[in-house]
Amino acid sequence: MARVVVDVMLKPEILDPQGEAIVNALPRLGVTGVSSVRVGKRIEIEFDGEPDLDQAREIADKLLANPVIEDFTVRVEQEESVQP
Amino acid sequence: MTQQITLDSVEHAAATPEVVQPYAELGLREEEYLNIREILGRRPTQSELAMYSIMWSEHCSYKSSKVHLRQFAQKQPPSDRLLAGIGENAGVVRVSDTLAVTFKIESHNHPSFVEPHQGAATGVGGIVRDILAMGARPIAVMDPLRFGAPDHPDTRRVVTGVVAGISQYGNSLGLPNIGGEVVFDPCYQGNPLVNALCVGVLPVERLQRKAAAGVGNVVVLLGAKTGRDGIGGVSVLASATFDETSQQRRPSVQVGDPFTEKLLIEACLELYEANLVVGIQDLGGAGLTCALSETAAAAGTGMRIYLERVPLREPSMEPHEILASESQERMLLIVEPDKLETVLEVARKWGVLATALGEVTDTGRLVITWHGQTVVDVPPSSLADDGPVYNRPLQRPSDLALLEADRAETLPRPTTPEELRATVLRMAASPNLADKTWVTEQYDHYVMGNTVLAQPEDAGMLRLEDSGLGIALSCDGNGRYTRLDPYNGARLALAEAYRNVAVTGATPVAVTNCLNFGDPEDPAVMWQFAEAVRGLADGCAELGIPVTGGNVSFYNQTGSVAIHPTPIVGVLGVIDDVRTRVPMGFAESTDGHVVFLLGRTQLELSGGEWAWVTHGHLGGKPPAVDLAHERRLATLLSQARTRRLLSAAHDLSEGGLAQALTESTLRRGVGVRVSVPADLDAFTFLFSESTGRVLVSVPEERVAEFTALCDQHEVPHTRIGVVDASSGALTVEGQFTIPLDELRRAYSGTLPALFSGTTT
Amino acid sequence: MSTKIGVITFPGSLDDRDALRAVGLAGAEPVSLWHADANLRGVDAVILPGGFSYGDYLRAGAIARFAPVMEPLMRAAAEGMPVLGICNGFQILCEAHLLPGALIRNQHMHFRTRDLWLRVENHRTAWTSSYEPGQEIQVVLKSGEGRYVADARTLDELEAEGRVVFRYLGENPNGSQRDIAGVCNAAGNVVGLMPHPEHAVEALTGPSTDGLGVFTSVLAHLARVSSGTSTATAGAASR
Repeated sequence: MARVVVDVMLKPEILDPQGEAIVNALPRLGVTGVSSVRVGKRIEIEFDGEPDLDQAREIADKLLANPVIEDFTVRVEQEESVQP
Repeated sequence: MTQQITLDSVEHAAATPEVVQPYAELGLREEEYLNIREILGRRPTQSELAMYSIMWSEHCSYKSSKVHLRQFAQKQPPSDRLLAGIGENAGVVRVSDTLAVTFKIESHNHPSFVEPHQGAATGVGGIVRDILAMGARPIAVMDPLRFGAPDHPDTRRVVTGVVAGISQYGNSLGLPNIGGEVVFDPCYQGNPLVNALCVGVLPVERLQRKAAAGVGNVVVLLGAKTGRDGIGGVSVLASATFDETSQQRRPSVQVGDPFTEKLLIEACLELYEANLVVGIQDLGGAGLTCALSETAAAAGTGMRIYLERVPLREPSMEPHEILASESQERMLLIVEPDKLETVLEVARKWGVLATALGEVTDTGRLVITWHGQTVVDVPPSSLADDGPVYNRPLQRPSDLALLEADRAETLPRPTTPEELRATVLRMAASPNLADKTWVTEQYDHYVMGNTVLAQPEDAGMLRLEDSGLGIALSCDGNGRYTRLDPYNGARLALAEAYRNVAVTGATPVAVTNCLNFGDPEDPAVMWQFAEAVRGLADGCAELGIPVTGGNVSFYNQTGSVAIHPTPIVGVLGVIDDVRTRVPMGFAESTDGHVVFLLGRTQLELSGGEWAWVTHGHLGGKPPAVDLAHERRLATLLSQARTRRLLSAAHDLSEGGLAQALTESTLRRGVGVRVSVPADLDAFTFLFSESTGRVLVSVPEERVAEFTALCDQHEVPHTRIGVVDASSGALTVEGQFTIPLDELRRAYSGTLPALFSGTTT
Repeated sequence: MSTKIGVITFPGSLDDRDALRAVGLAGAEPVSLWHADANLRGVDAVILPGGFSYGDYLRAGAIARFAPVMEPLMRAAAEGMPVLGICNGFQILCEAHLLPGALIRNQHMHFRTRDLWLRVENHRTAWTSSYEPGQEIQVVLKSGEGRYVADARTLDELEAEGRVVFRYLGENPNGSQRDIAGVCNAAGNVVGLMPHPEHAVEALTGPSTDGLGVFTSVLAHLARVSSGTSTATAGAASR
């Protein structure tokens, strides 16, 4: 069985307070040399039958992402490849 | 996207007078554009054009409303409390020898329709910075909200988003949310109103000014980095130089970062305490453009700004974008050079960016350079003060006569006890009257530990620390009343907010407002606006309390259909000892107390909630308003409070007495028994919306003293019943009994049923 | 010499002033502590207050646990100093592994402010000794990520060792497992709870004054420690 993975990210121009907070905390852990962190959402969709990318795209566009401030990508991922 | 382009410098602009500029797309009229060319003696640069288009917009220049708003100052009653008034970031009112309070309402309507969560969140952030800029610590917020029909498919998106946005931003800032309104009406479907009020407190001597005074002083930008937030309006300027794909990447949605705002608040307060700031201005909707031009104009100075020093979130930003950016959580400071290092140190302590952008000059010009080339060279007052002013045509709406003639008093009314009982329950369950806990429990009203009263009480009340002194605040508005009669609708909103403050025992002292209207270029809308402003200014004069500031929101309109004219009025009150405040609800401990109805009840149903809920009706003339009576009533309530005569007091408004009884019994789950006075029928008694009325409970042994006080102040009073804790019910003698459990199910079920469940 | 109780202000702490006020009302000397100072300024007990430290953008408390002040705090807690985490402070203590479990988003997904009742399940901790066994107290809950979760073994262990300190009465407000509102470490000197006792210390501004007991408890506890067996640790005192 295959699943469809939707990654939702804030558009590059939109402020990401969450990413900013993380990047500012990194020096405290001794990590330097990181200039930007952006945080998004990963959503996994499992279809009953064959994965339907078009339908997944529609779900993402209508529900999962807010097109006013977010972009998304949709891809099929084999289950065994999920676990590294 | 990174192709090198010629910078539109002042020099370039002077050399290329023939260049065609997209002023119309920026919302400027031809004569306004020609006026700019005349002021500058050349065509404006791209950056200058962006700045004029922003500062001369309706939002910043008040060009349609200015001629009317003058009445607030002209008709202002004398007040020895006013330390700063109209024209400042917010009005400042003295509440004691040492303390002052500042408060203001602003709208964030359109952004909250486009992206409800972020729109509402940044609305809170914006008004909080206004209050902060006065030198105050923000201490509470309130949110008057208007949404479309509750059952419309889009309403849920807007309601859940707006409430979550306010909750997330306000709660994260640590500001108690102590009141507000939630009203549904189809007229707000495409134009929800998200108004935000903030109140702050400051030691009198800490009052801050926005003037960029002192030649040689340093201009410092404090707070978040600047990104392409909210620059949709000026993106047209880039169309000649950028390809199409980049155009799509111009967001006009601002995202709020309450954490940064919290640090900004603490950093600014520390700067004030150490006396490190000469002038300060928040960056609001018009960003750096507004802050730079207003601070320079206020001082009559000039300014030299090195724009490339502005910390950017996106390095590719152009000068006009930086100037137009609406990125949130930023303040502009004017600092003496020898204090700059200390200022930067405070900023570092709080983890807030601070950057010296330039200095105050004596040139009387705002000069902005970009890597050595001058891109702006203008007189700051031409941006801030000398915008266009219009006296727009007014016309009474053509449908008003018909609307007035269609009176709700002619509608069929329930008469039997069974019908009346069912109507009480139906009204209590109607979206506008129903329990708003689903909304308000998403807000923190405890943080800071000084909240004495919060919603659903008539007014929010705060203790001002280190003194027994407190303040009370309420904001109210009724779009249906104002639709039927804008002059009196505004006065009714004022009377309601005034009374809501008075029932707590506080004395009303000052007014703010947020005027939400349709398209000012529509003479009917402009007439509504003119009438409402006239009504509010007259009303404040009659009540003897000044308007200290406010905000106008026009263009709340979809196509040719405007919202109901909706002036929201906020009233601030002062109470000398918060421990004596009067709550709205009956309590176990007040069992047997005598219940009075203050004021006069007549058959007044037009524009009211009963007509709307049971008949979907809007017509007639709104209830009569008598501000002289309201003043007497407020004095009575304050004196009765001081003498501890009142165990509860609750204002009557939408839904009339039935709703007031519902709210006062359900507040603490304690019942009441009332009977219909001989001179009224049960329906009028229960559902009329006559104003100037208050429900109070008085200990039996104090009744004589109380009624004597009412007589002394010429306030009509009718003994209607007793608090009856053991009954567990709302009883109207000879009519019906409703057990409180049944009443609560009706009252509290509506909003969760509409809006609970999964949300994104 | 009066007892000093410190309240740490992190960037984004909000209820720090309220905790300081409650400490004062209880009769102790309130001391402000700063997240960036690796120094507890000689206090006898520490409170981590409510709020949204660092905006709580990543996970509530996830960043605050790395603050410089946490190093001396961890050492002091191990040596028996009473430590109380309220709301965000509880979240920080869990992230720092001073307390077991985690706080996640409320089951109903909304921030919720509510007056509610708790039962004091363990009145022997450093922060609950003034309460009667099983006493029911009315306090304030206000949080968006207040749902207490842990694996079943941890929960069983907490129950068996009496380390569930507070439990919600009536409707579970956020989906917390086993209605848990607050827990403590094995020694009983470190306590965390989601509701806010510091907002129930004055009749004028809170639903009750039941919360004051948390702050008077620690004073009584510290008095016992200093007057009783002189080397007593909080662990011993909590038995």
